[in-house]
This record gives sequence, structure tokens and C-alpha cells, in this order.
Amino acid sequence: MTRTGAQILWECLEQEGVTHVFGYPGGAILPAYDALKFSKIHHVLVRHEQGATHMADGYARASGRVGVAVATSGPGATNMVTGIATAMLDSSPIVCITGQVGSKLIGSDAFQETDITGITLPITKHNYLVTRADELARTMREAFYVARSGRPGPVLVDITKDAQQALCEFDWEAAKPQLPGYRPDLSPAPKEYEKALELIHNSKRPVILLGHGAIVSGAIREVRDLAERAGIPVALTLLGLGALPASHPLNLGMMGMHGEAWVNHTIQEADLLIALGMRFDDRVTGNLKTYAPNAKKIHVEIDPCEINKNVKVDVALVGDLREVLHAMLPKIESIDRSDWLDLIDRLKGDSAVRDIQNLPDSGHLYAAHVINDLWREARGSNTVVVTDVGQHQMWEAQYYKHEEPRSLITSGGLGTMGFALPAAIGVKVARPEAEVWVVVGDGGFQMTMCELATLVQENLKINIAIINNGFLGMVRQWQEFFYERNYQATPLLNPDFAKIAGAYGIRNATVTQRSQVVPAVQSARQHDGPVLINFQVEQEDTVYPMVAAGAALHEMIRRPSPIVETAADE
Amino acid sequence: MLNTYVVYVENKPGVLTRVASLFRRRAFNIDSLTVGRTEKPEVSRMTITVEADHDQARRIEANLYKLVNVLLVENITTVPAIVRDLAMIKVAATHEARSHVLELASVFRARVVDVAPESLIIEITGGEDKIDGLLEVLRPYGVLEMVRTGIVAMRRGNKPSATLSSLETPAQTVGDDDLSQSV
Repeated sequence: MTRTGAQILWECLEQEGVTHVFGYPGGAILPAYDALKFSKIHHVLVRHEQGATHMADGYARASGRVGVAVATSGPGATNMVTGIATAMLDSSPIVCITGQVGSKLIGSDAFQETDITGITLPITKHNYLVTRADELARTMREAFYVARSGRPGPVLVDITKDAQQALCEFDWEAAKPQLPGYRPDLSPAPKEYEKALELIHNSKRPVILLGHGAIVSGAIREVRDLAERAGIPVALTLLGLGALPASHPLNLGMMGMHGEAWVNHTIQEADLLIALGMRFDDRVTGNLKTYAPNAKKIHVEIDPCEINKNVKVDVALVGDLREVLHAMLPKIESIDRSDWLDLIDRLKGDSAVRDIQNLPDSGHLYAAHVINDLWREARGSNTVVVTDVGQHQMWEAQYYKHEEPRSLITSGGLGTMGFALPAAIGVKVARPEAEVWVVVGDGGFQMTMCELATLVQENLKINIAIINNGFLGMVRQWQEFFYERNYQATPLLNPDFAKIAGAYGIRNATVTQRSQVVPAVQSARQHDGPVLINFQVEQEDTVYPMVAAGAALHEMIRRPSPIVETAADE
Repeated sequence: MLNTYVVYVENKPGVLTRVASLFRRRAFNIDSLTVGRTEKPEVSRMTITVEADHDQARRIEANLYKLVNVLLVENITTVPAIVRDLAMIKVAATHEARSHVLELASVFRARVVDVAPESLIIEITGGEDKIDGLLEVLRPYGVLEMVRTGIVAMRRGNKPSATLSSLETPAQTVGDDDLSQSV
């Protein structure tokens, strides 16, 4: 069958199972947009191309399917850079399609020409420049395969305008990927398994460090089986939250810079770390010289580049986490480790009384209260919380107890402010039946709030909770601790967020008292359209505990102890 | 230590940039990089030397493999291999010096490829040490211009490079008969 390159593009997307794309048109991608009339694919018109990439990213994280973003050449393509880097750092499978000037004009500094494959080379898993229509089908198949296989990641396909316009024969079946150098399916040697099992069975104080890989690999059941069968407690990374239910007795909670004190102490006291699908990011290790000094380390990881990158390990099992655990589980012996679990219970110590939840209603509205109340009201197997970056993100990780994988969507590695609102749109498109909550700071919200229009245009039921403290809160916190409270460039003069929502026709509320939180959340849940709630919280509140950058993991700045002596308010 | 990698890559536009960018991105300094054709038109071969300790060397290999267009990576630092560099040296050679320079070239089994009234161009192939040695003795006569290709390397012995099996088409094996011992 003869098709234009533009028609081939959409047909390839349909063949890959794509139903929605997030995009913004422009000159060099116009032939593709023109051919959209032949396609069943629904195009979500964004308000900024960065939003398109975050939407594709949110779509991918919520569903496990590949998300697709479309933009034109030049500024359209460069606006995607932040979203692509975000997806790269968090191993999220997205395919970005950009228009490019005609192949004869490449290199001439033509209008809206930019070398987007050059620009995105270090922040994509792979990228392509397609200059001929007959290369398009194979390239698209390769792009999707590379994006979703192995350690997933973003792939960019830059298509020249003439390649979109040219006619050629199209045969999807025949256009097989040709990737002789790409080997995503690695598996460990048998002797590595034996070494790992020996370490596990000889360990008295093991901890599982559970990361995003557990969710990506779909190893939820295997991880739980390993923890339960061997009696090993589990600490989670930010992106791992939900991979083991928060209510599971072996779930310690989040580790790292803002992890709970007992979690970090447990890691420092351990004699064995079993790292599953995590990469020893500096935000979870603290100072590497003093990190888990008495522990042997097992690293199960799909990407060989991560082995011994930050932390030197004793055994590396390179492969898909689910498959590796599947092979190991029958040989795991049940061992009684109650002494170790008792010690961890003691490590919890006075943390509970330092908990902000024990603060009675004193007329102040704390962000942690808002998030904990939101959890109480909205929790459920079908609720997805999408957070931005900063203090609210850490409070959410601490006070919203995630029971399900893919129930927290957040930018971890790159820490991209402005991620939450567009990512939530992608989440809602991927999972229309889900209850989606955006938890976002007043700073990050203003970076991408133009996407409110997208949300309204697509008629999506999303609830937005702005944790508004009038500061770039996390930066302010660093200034408080490390820069003598010199609050340079962190106070924000904000618009009335409720009125902004009103201008878009979005139902809105402003909450200043704790007693108003639950009614506002309930009302938002009952409304069948989008709702924005502006929570005006304490301005100079602090995320505790905190491991300062470069400090040892057990050297935490703790909550002032105790905030109050009285009993919990529930 | 200086590590030598032989890297087989798909012969496609932009692959050199991807490899070079990887070293820049991960903050490794390339000492030398050569790239050229192989026995297969769709495959190019790079020889890369880079300063790295044991762990870094392993990570470089893993990162190279992560590039979709990289077919095979061999670290041949510790395996028997033939390593060759080519240099062209333009050296001042006036009447009285000329015979001395020619004699030195002959000792090093270098070839004179251009003769001008005031200078000669000497071409030399060999290990880096040998070329360094010739340069050292020529310097007093006045080295006017010099260029080196950077090294290319190949394993000794019958063992064909593994790229052949990974690409599922056998190619000719590299025999022992073409080994020229260093001076």
C-alpha cells in the first residue's frame, strides 16, 4: 500500500497500540497533523511542549505503556528537553516525535531548524533523524521497542518535513526492527545466584532496598514473597513507594535524605543490603564513605552501568528483577529474624511522638496535616497521587501511605518542578477510571499551570491540591539550615489561585483551617469536574528528618523533640 | 592505567558522536580514538585508548554497550595484541644532515616518502614507543611538522573477533602470518 510518511507515522502508532498522543502543532510537523484525519488516535492539545512530554511520561508511569508526545521543529522540540530528561532519569518509556525542516535544508539554519537529535543525545535512550519516508516504519518500531524494553527510557524520532510528505510503500509487518547491537535481555550467571543466596542465608541483619525497578519489572508479588519468606524488612526509595504496601508489617517506609530516622538507622546497622531495582542515588545513600559500613551488598539491576557506579557491591545480578527473583525464590530458606526486627522496632524509638500528626489543632494548617487528611479521605486502590518537587513532595511521601504500585507518580531523579499538573493529565488519560490528585507547591504549579486549559479542554476530572506556603519551600529550608536564613529569592508573591481556577471554569476553594480540609476534599471528590483547592499552609514549615547533602545517612537533622507531649489527635 | 578498547559499531551517521559524547558525558578523557572500515561494509571499527582504573574500565565497557549502535566491545589491554600507530614526520634535512637523517630512518625501518631541498617527510608505522623513539632522535635536526593517526589494534592469534558471531555471519579469521614484530 502506498502512503505518505505522515500516514505511515500514525498507522505505526496505531500498530503499537497508541490511542492518545500529547502534542502541539507547528510548521515542520504540519503534514503529520494533516494526516491525523485518517487516524483513530486522539490528539490532546497541550499548551506548552514541556507539558506534552510530562503527560506522555505520566501516561507511561501510570499504565506501563509507552507514552507519546508530538512537537514541531526548533522551539517546539527544544521545549521538550526538560520532559525528556525527566523521563530519562526515571526510566520512563516515552516516544517523542518532532518535525524537522526539509532534508535539503538541514544544516542551513533554516527557520525553526534546530539539531534536536544532537541536543537530546545525552538525555535519550536513543534517538533518530528520519529523512526518508521508507525509513519511517522500521524506525518507529525500533523506537517503541527500545523505549519499553530493558531499562525503559525516552526515544526521540525527528522526521523531516519532506519525509512526512513523500509517498512510499508501507508494510508494517515487513519493517522489522534491525538492532544488532541492542541486547536488553541480560540474565545473571548461575554462580552469581549461589553467591547471593549464601549471603542472604548467612545474614542476621538484612534489609531489602526496593526501588522503581520493582514496579517497572512488575515484580510486586516476587518482592513480597522474598521479604516474607526470608523475613527481611524492606526500605523503599521515593520511586519505589507502592511496590510493597505501606501497611505491610515488613515495610519500613522511605529511606534517604527525608526518610524516617529508623529506616536510615536500619540501613546503617545492617549486615546485608539487598538492592532491588534501585541505583544508590546520592539522595538515598548520603555520604558514600560512611554508607552501610558493615553491610555486604547484593545488587539486582537490569542496567550493567549501574553496577559499582556509586556503591561497590559484593554480588551483582544483572537482569530483569522479576525473572531474577523468580529464579531465586524456590531456594530462599525461611529464617527467623525476629531479633533483628525487634531491634528495628526499638530504633523507631521516639519517632512517633515527634510526628507532626500528634500536633493538636492549634489553628495552624500544616502541609503534613493536609496530606494525611487527604490520604484518609481519598485512599483506595484506584487513587493516584501525582506530586511535584519540593517540600510537599517529601511530605506526601511520608504521610500518604501508598498501598499500590503506580499510585504515586513523581519526578525523582531530575526533580523537575512543574511536572505534576501535566503528568496528572497523562495519568488520567491512561487510567480514566482512576481518582487523580495533583499535590503541588505554589512554585511548581506556576511553572506549568497553563496546562489547566488542556485539562478543561479535555474535560478531565482531576483534583488539584496546591500546598501554598508562599515560598519556594525546599530551597527556603536549605537557606534556613545552611545559609543562615538568608531567604534570597524564595518568598513568592502569588496570584489568587482560586481565581485562576475560576478563570478556567474550574471549581475552586481556599482552605486556611485544618477543620476545612476534610470537607474540601470530600466536596472535591463528589464534584464531577476538575477542582482546585488552594491550601494556605504554614509558611516556614520544615521537612524532617533531613540528611544534609554530604552527611552520613544516620546523621539526621531530627524533628524538634517532642513537638507536644499530648496524645495523638485521632 | 591506559586501557585499549576495540569497539565495533554500526556504520551509520552520528555513531562517532554518540561514542565521543558518552566519554564526555561520563567525564572520561579519550587519549586516542581512531575509526575506520572493517571487513564488513555495515560495521565500523574504533580503537579507543582511555586512562581508567579497573572499575572505571568496566563501567566504560558497560556504557559503550548501552549505546544502541554499538555491536561489540573488547578491552584488549591485557590480551596479546598488535598495536600500531602511523606517523608522518617532516624533518629539516639540509645537505650535511641529510645522510644522518636517512640513516636514522633506516634504523627505524621508516620510509622516506617525500624529498625536498631543505626537508624530508618520513613515514613510520609501529608501536607508539617506536615512533616516540624516532621522534626523539630526529628532534635535534628540527621536526617541522608531525602527524600521528592514533593507534589501531588487533588481537593476536587465530581467534576471530567475536563481532563475527554476534552478527551471525562468519568473516575471515585473523591469522598469525601477518605479524610483523616491532623493531
